[in-house]
Amino acid sequence: MTNFQLIWFILIGVLFSGFFFLEGFDFGVGMLIKSFARNDAEEDVVIRTIGPHWDGNEVWLITAGGAMFASFPMWYATLFSGYYLVLFLILASLIFRGVSFEFRANMETAKWRNFWGWAGTIGSLCAAFLFGMLFTSMIAGMPIDKNGDMTAHFLDYVNLFSVVGGVAVTVLCLVHGLNFMRLKTSGELRERALSWNKILYPVLFAGEVVFAILLFFSTDFFDKKPLSTTAIVVALVIFTVLAYWGVLGNHEWLSFIGSGLSLISVVVLIFNGLFPRVMIANNSAYSLLIKNSSSSPYTLKLMTILAFSILPIVLVYFIWSYWVFYKRLASPKQNA
Amino acid sequence: MTTVFHFFFVPFSIGLAFVVAVMETMYAIKGDQDYKRMAQFWGKMFLYSFAVGVVTGIIQEFQFGMNWSEYSRFMGDIFGAPLAIEALAAFFIESTFIGMWMFTWDRFNKWVHTLFIWLVMFGSSLSALWILAANSFMQNPLGYIINKQTGHVQMVSFSKVLSNPQLWNEFPHVIFGAFVTAAFVIAGCSAWRLLKRDHVTFYRKSLNVALIIGLIFSLGSIASGDLQTRYLINNHPMTFAAMEGLYKDSTNKGEWTAVGGFDTKNHKSTWSVDVPYVLNLLSYHKTTGTVKGMNKVNKELHAKYDKKFGNDINYYVPTKTLFWSFRIMAGAGALFALLAVVGLIMNRKKSQAIMKQRWFLYILGLCLWLPFVVNTAGWFVTEFGRYPWVVYGLLTIADAVSPNVSVASLLTSNIVYFLMFAGMGLVMVVLCHRTLKAGPDAANIDGYAAGDKEIDPYSKGAFNHD
Repeated sequence: MTNFQLIWFILIGVLFSGFFFLEGFDFGVGMLIKSFARNDAEEDVVIRTIGPHWDGNEVWLITAGGAMFASFPMWYATLFSGYYLVLFLILASLIFRGVSFEFRANMETAKWRNFWGWAGTIGSLCAAFLFGMLFTSMIAGMPIDKNGDMTAHFLDYVNLFSVVGGVAVTVLCLVHGLNFMRLKTSGELRERALSWNKILYPVLFAGEVVFAILLFFSTDFFDKKPLSTTAIVVALVIFTVLAYWGVLGNHEWLSFIGSGLSLISVVVLIFNGLFPRVMIANNSAYSLLIKNSSSSPYTLKLMTILAFSILPIVLVYFIWSYWVFYKRLASPKQNA
Repeated sequence: MTTVFHFFFVPFSIGLAFVVAVMETMYAIKGDQDYKRMAQFWGKMFLYSFAVGVVTGIIQEFQFGMNWSEYSRFMGDIFGAPLAIEALAAFFIESTFIGMWMFTWDRFNKWVHTLFIWLVMFGSSLSALWILAANSFMQNPLGYIINKQTGHVQMVSFSKVLSNPQLWNEFPHVIFGAFVTAAFVIAGCSAWRLLKRDHVTFYRKSLNVALIIGLIFSLGSIASGDLQTRYLINNHPMTFAAMEGLYKDSTNKGEWTAVGGFDTKNHKSTWSVDVPYVLNLLSYHKTTGTVKGMNKVNKELHAKYDKKFGNDINYYVPTKTLFWSFRIMAGAGALFALLAVVGLIMNRKKSQAIMKQRWFLYILGLCLWLPFVVNTAGWFVTEFGRYPWVVYGLLTIADAVSPNVSVASLLTSNIVYFLMFAGMGLVMVVLCHRTLKAGPDAANIDGYAAGDKEIDPYSKGAFNHD
C-alpha cells in the first residue's frame, strides 16, 4: 500500500464524514416537515432552515462518490453495481426530496403543497435509512466473486443487523436535525425541538447498544481490531451522552456538535473496520483491498495535488455561506 | 436514456444562468428596475430547471458504477479524475452560490449579488467542461496507456487528456448551444406574452436581450459545429459519412445529399436529392476533394480492429438517426440565427413592427420547443456516432456493462426514471407557465417563500438575536 492510496482511503472517509455531519441534519430536518411542523407556515420555516444549504451538503456525497471513482475504481464499480437496488431507491428518495422544496413552495393548492411536503419528508427518511442499511450490510460482508462482482440477494442486505443499522442512522439524523433546528429557530419551534429530543435520545441509546451487540456478532471488527473498534464505539456513546447532556442542560451548540460527532464516529468505525480492505467478501480471499483496487500512482498523485489545492478554497466559501445565514428564523405567530 | 433527460434540462439551466446573469449585470450597471425584475422573473424559471437538472445529475454519477461497472473498472483511472474534480471544483461553487443567490436578494450590494449568479454560471460551465473532458476521451482517447497486467486504461498525461482537440471543439459547441437554448426559450415565452399585449415594455426588453444573446451564440455554435464536423472527417470517418448519408465514396464533384432514404440492411441509399459541390464546401471549404463512404470505412475498421475484437462486430453506425439528427441540428442553427436577425430588426426601439407582425411572434413562440429537440439531436450524433464503441477503439458497449445487474432491474429502473423525469418535466413546464401567467410583477425571488408571505423571516424586524 502506498502513501497516496492511504491518503485517498482517508480522504474518502473524510468526505463521507462531512456528508453525514451536514446532510445528516438536513435529512433530519427534512423528516420533520410533515411530522414536527404543525401547520403550513411552520413547514415553511422548517424547510427554510436548510433552504440555502441542502444542495451544498449533498455535493459532499457527490464528491465522495467522484473521489471514490477516481481513486478506487474497483471499489466504486463493485459497490455501486452490487447495491444496484438500494442505490436506485436512494436516488429516487434524493430526487423527490431535492425537487420537493422548490416545487412545494410554488404549488397553488393545499393538496399539492401537501404532496410535495410529504415527498420531502419521506424522501429524507428513506434516504437516511437506506444509507444506514447500505453501510451496515457492507461491513457485515457480501458475496463477491473473483472478478469483484457482487451478487447479493435480498436477505444479504436486508437483515436484522442492517435494519438496526438503518434505524440507528435514521434516529441519529433525526436528533441531529432537531439539534440544528434548535440553533436555527426561535420561539415555539425551538421549544418543541427540545421536548422531542428529550424523548428521542433514550431511543437512540437503546439503538446504539443493540447495534454494538450486533456489530460484535455480525462483523469481524472486534476480532481483527478489538482495541480501536471498542474505543470508537465508546467514543460514539460518549458523544451521544454529551449531546444528551447538552439537551438536558440547554447547551444547544454542545448537543449539535455532539450529534454531529456521533455520526462521524459511525463513519470512522466503518472505515477503521474496513482497513486495509475496501469491500469485505464472505470468502475473505475475494475481499477488495486498498492496495489492489486503486487507480494508477500517476492519477492518485495528480488528484492529491488538485484536491489539496481546491479543497481549502471550497471550505472557505462553504463556511462563509453558513455564516451568512447564521441568524435564527422566527416561529410563525399562532393566530389560527 | 437518463443522459438524454439530463441533457434536456442541463443546457437549459446553464443557458438561463448566463442570461439571468447578463440581465442582473445590466441592472447593476444601469440601475434600471426593469432589468432587476427581468433577472428575478426569468431567474424563477432558472430555479425550477436547476432543481430538476441537479437531481438528474446525481443519477449520472451513480449510474457509471451501477450500470457500467466493467466500464468503471476499465476507465476509472481516467474517467474518475475529471468527475471528482467536477464535484470538487464546480458543484460546490454552483450549489453554494445558488443558495446565496436565491436567499439574499436585497441583502447584499447589487454587485456582490450579481457576482453570485456569475459564480453559479461559472460553476455550471466548469462542470460541463470536466464532464466533456471525460466524454472527449471516450470519443478520442489521448494521453493513456493500457496497463498490461489488468488490461485497464491508465492515465499518463493529464495535460493531454485536457488538451484533447475533441474537447475544445465540443465544449464551446455545447456551451454556446446552451446559451442559445435559454435565449430562444425566453424569446419564445416573451413572444407569447406579446401576442397577448401583456407587459409590452418588459417583454420587448426581454426579447431584445434574448435575441442578441441568441444571435451571437447561434453564430458561435454554427462556427464551432463546423470545426467539430470537419474534425470528424479524419477522426471518425464513419460518423461523418453517416451524418452525410454516404455509403459509397463521394466523387470529386462533392454531391451533397440534402434529403434521402436509406436501406440500412444492405448498406445503400435508396433515393436522395443531391446538390453538387456542397459536400466539399462543407467538408473542406473548397470545391474539390472526396469523402470516404461508410462501406469503405467499414472495411478499414475491420482491417484495423479484427485482430483484437474479432470479425463479427458491426461497425456501421445507426445511419438514419445520424443523418436526420445532423440535419435537424444544422438546420435549426441556421434558423435561429435568421430569426434573431429578423427579430432584432423588428424589435428596434422606435419601431412597432414586432407588435404588428403577429406571424413572426407565433413562429418565435413555437420555436420555444425547438432547442430541446436540437440538443437531443446533437447528443444523438455524439453518442450514436461512436457505435459500437463506448471508448473509441478501446472498449465496446457489450464489454462495458455490469455483468451482475439483470436486464429486469435495468428495465425497471429505467422505466421508473422515465416516469419520474417525465413527471418532473411536466411540473416544471406547468410552473414556468404559471410564472408567465402571473407576470413579472408577481415574481420576486425570496428563497422558498410562497410569494404572498405576511412575515418574511429574513427581513430585519423578524430576526431574533438571542
